Amino acid sequence: MSISIYHKGTKAQREKISVFVSLWLRAFFPWLGVSLFLGLFFFYPLARILWLGLTPVSLLTITPESFLLTSHSLLFTFYQSFLSTLLTLLIGLPAAYLFARFDFRGKALLRLLTAIPFMLPTVVVAAGFNALLGPRGWINLGLMRLFGLDSPPIVFVYTLWAILLAHVFYNTTIVIRVVGNALAHLDPRLEQAARSLGADARRAFWRVTLPLLRPPILAAALLVFLFDFTSFGVILLLGGPHFATLEVEIYIQAVQIFNLPLAAVLSLIQLLCTLAFSMLYSRIVTRLAVTTAPRPAEANLHRAKTGREKLFVGGMAVLLLALFLLPMVSLPFRSVARLETARGERTAVSYGLTADYYAELFVNRLGSLFYVSPFEALTNSLLYAAATVVLSLALGFPVASALAHPRRLERFLDPFLMLPLGASAVTLGLGFIITFNKPLLTGHWSPITSPLLVPVAHTIIALPFVIRSLQPALASIPDRLRQAAASLGASPSKVWFTVDWPIVARATLAAAIFAFTVSLGEFGATSLVYRPEYPTLPIAIYRFLSQPGGLNYGQAMAMATILMGVTGAGILLIERFRLPGAGEF
Amino acid sequence: MLQLLDITKDYENRPLLRSVSFTVAANETVCLLGASGSGKSTLLRIIAGLETAEQGTVRWEGRDLAAVPPHLRNFGLVFQDYALFPHLSVFENIAFGLRMQNLPQPEIRQRVREAMTQVNLSGFERRRVTELSGGEQQRVALARALAPRPRLLMFDEPLGALDRALRDRLLDELRGILHATRIPAIYVTHDQEEAFAIADRVLLLHEGQIVRDGSPSEVWNEPRSAWEARFLGLGNVIEGVVTSRAGKLNVETSAGVFRLDCEHTHQAGEKVNLLLRPSGVRLAADGNLRGVVADVVFHQDKFKVTLENGLYFYLPEAPKVGKEIGLSVPLSAIRCLNSRD
Repeated sequence: MSISIYHKGTKAQREKISVFVSLWLRAFFPWLGVSLFLGLFFFYPLARILWLGLTPVSLLTITPESFLLTSHSLLFTFYQSFLSTLLTLLIGLPAAYLFARFDFRGKALLRLLTAIPFMLPTVVVAAGFNALLGPRGWINLGLMRLFGLDSPPIVFVYTLWAILLAHVFYNTTIVIRVVGNALAHLDPRLEQAARSLGADARRAFWRVTLPLLRPPILAAALLVFLFDFTSFGVILLLGGPHFATLEVEIYIQAVQIFNLPLAAVLSLIQLLCTLAFSMLYSRIVTRLAVTTAPRPAEANLHRAKTGREKLFVGGMAVLLLALFLLPMVSLPFRSVARLETARGERTAVSYGLTADYYAELFVNRLGSLFYVSPFEALTNSLLYAAATVVLSLALGFPVASALAHPRRLERFLDPFLMLPLGASAVTLGLGFIITFNKPLLTGHWSPITSPLLVPVAHTIIALPFVIRSLQPALASIPDRLRQAAASLGASPSKVWFTVDWPIVARATLAAAIFAFTVSLGEFGATSLVYRPEYPTLPIAIYRFLSQPGGLNYGQAMAMATILMGVTGAGILLIERFRLPGAGEF
Repeated sequence: MLQLLDITKDYENRPLLRSVSFTVAANETVCLLGASGSGKSTLLRIIAGLETAEQGTVRWEGRDLAAVPPHLRNFGLVFQDYALFPHLSVFENIAFGLRMQNLPQPEIRQRVREAMTQVNLSGFERRRVTELSGGEQQRVALARALAPRPRLLMFDEPLGALDRALRDRLLDELRGILHATRIPAIYVTHDQEEAFAIADRVLLLHEGQIVRDGSPSEVWNEPRSAWEARFLGLGNVIEGVVTSRAGKLNVETSAGVFRLDCEHTHQAGEKVNLLLRPSGVRLAADGNLRGVVADVVFHQDKFKVTLENGLYFYLPEAPKVGKEIGLSVPLSAIRCLNSRD
């Protein structure tokens, strides 16, 4: 008797457990793909870096020279990030004030203009500044012609200034967004209350407005610092061989010297730093929500009235136009302009418009077997980008749907999805090299030779963005809407097509374009994992830009123009399709 | 003390305030009553110096304030939703105006304590203003405005966000404080009960102009237009035609013929608006007003009876719905509204 009861008990218990397991499995199912993917291609390589960086082998690499090298690049990384951040705030804060407080003609356009650079590929930005201020750029060629000089008078490329200016160009939009938003939604009556309590305009600003803006300013500065700290392409392309940040040093050690243990150590230092900054940043962001009382932004807007206001608005608009428009405009114009002696001619310079640089893209001038024409590079890039879109959507969609109705599992796993944001692209590439450069099993094939690693790396970079733009769209559809449609007689598939799809479609399109754009312009990780026979467009631009000669320069300009055109169109499309509030971090 | 002359202000190219003039005397509380969007708040902000009028002057004791910036006017302003400084404690919020006067620390402490006692907020010094309830925030806002001892206090719908019971209590307290401090005040609201409860004088603002200026009882008892009667919710406003005026005025309306006293001169055939106050009416089979009962609602100690023609009255007993009744409306419950609108 008692035995049978006992037996019954275990059966029920076993059923309970099996139900629990099946429920759990069902909950975990959407996470399966992402977990495997990130586990294999992100967390495992990261662990390998950690392992390599902390093993005795790497300790042996700590020679006096390598120690000096490490501390030097660390110091320089901090130094340039600090200066860049300072300069970005110097331009970004007045710009934020401009956008938050003044209404003027062309404001929306100017705002968009300041936002575009943030997503432009580094090679495009480098090429743009090169076209404007480089030795063959508009300004130098113009000055040389004007004053009959033999050499370019302005040395800009390969100086610290080039790095700083490019960083300002990239990150000013962060300050404008974060600080400008806070300023726009600040209750204008707080300042007025201070005025009515006896504070003059200056004291009201220092005692009320500025203290309220301190958290957003700090948050923006930290975010800018973080981006400057992990900057790679800008330093390599515009800083040249004299400047090496941690990121560039990792690249040099991994690719040129092949000292992987030292690269791993540098990567670890880099990771620790970014981790510390990110934690600081999220602490500030949580404080951010408390202090800003939401107000309609329009309440703070007005047209410039006094002479000083007009001067400020006009001056800032001109400054921002010069900073953001000139590099982007001089690039395409430079790609169709012949401004120096053409090939082979030593005497007369023929100025004029030319399509030569574009025509050359299809020609294998060297006749080399290993040479890859720019056109092929473009084709590669497009294929990689397409693969990235497919892969990141396939992995991101199930997870974003699960995150739209977060339960405990979702809340626990969510931060892991965002971790790739914290790791730099070069670290990612290094992880791939360390992990996949050994032949698999006994065969001769090692995964690192596969061109597929490029879209895999791009997917890891794009995935957090893709998820963050899909998730709010999926979460924004209240269940009541579906229930209403169902109660009106729509079948489940009809419900999905009439209720879900119209909302999800836009977000999916935005996410897809995002992944496409990111992949097309990615330089850091690609420069470590690409196959020489399948270079991407940014790699080709980098090659041509670092080679001498007017024709190479012109071709780099032409390719960068194409890349800018495609990514620029992508950015504009994303702005169009983005749901309000989506894709923010 | 305060004198406004011909204040005119446009908002988005449409006139918001049209030649507004009024004065506020020493220890007088003036209430500006008007619908939302009528420009009441803008008027306060012009007085505070936060906005400038297109025309007109603001004077204090005869002196034009045009050149005086807001921080030197020493006018206290209590904002709608209070506009407390979220980054400062309760103490620091109240001390703000005193710090702007560069007072020594002990005096600041003493005067903040004083102000906090005045508004029944002692013991809240260290609290964050974001943690306070609506009523407490309101008290902090009041204390903050009181602490610098302003020569004029202005209130911009200060109780709008609070529930009825709390509003009544705060209104009583506010009246007490204004009485005790003898600071002249301008109180802006769209709620007529609030206005009548606090004002020494009520100004009605309509279409950018002050259409009425009088004591609460005058404004209540002697409405001068259909808009006033409707806005203040004084009772039924109906249209009628003057049939004769022999001694008393005879007015024919859709609800019946009424005889009333009127100080205006009217001619026969002229259209006028009548106010029929809902109270003081009694059931009478031979009454001068007849109608079919549409709805009966219990209201405090009476019944609100609505007729099918839309008129309503407060009666001590409840007639049956659907029944035709006669009502006798006494002379005191009828008033002629000069019908210009």
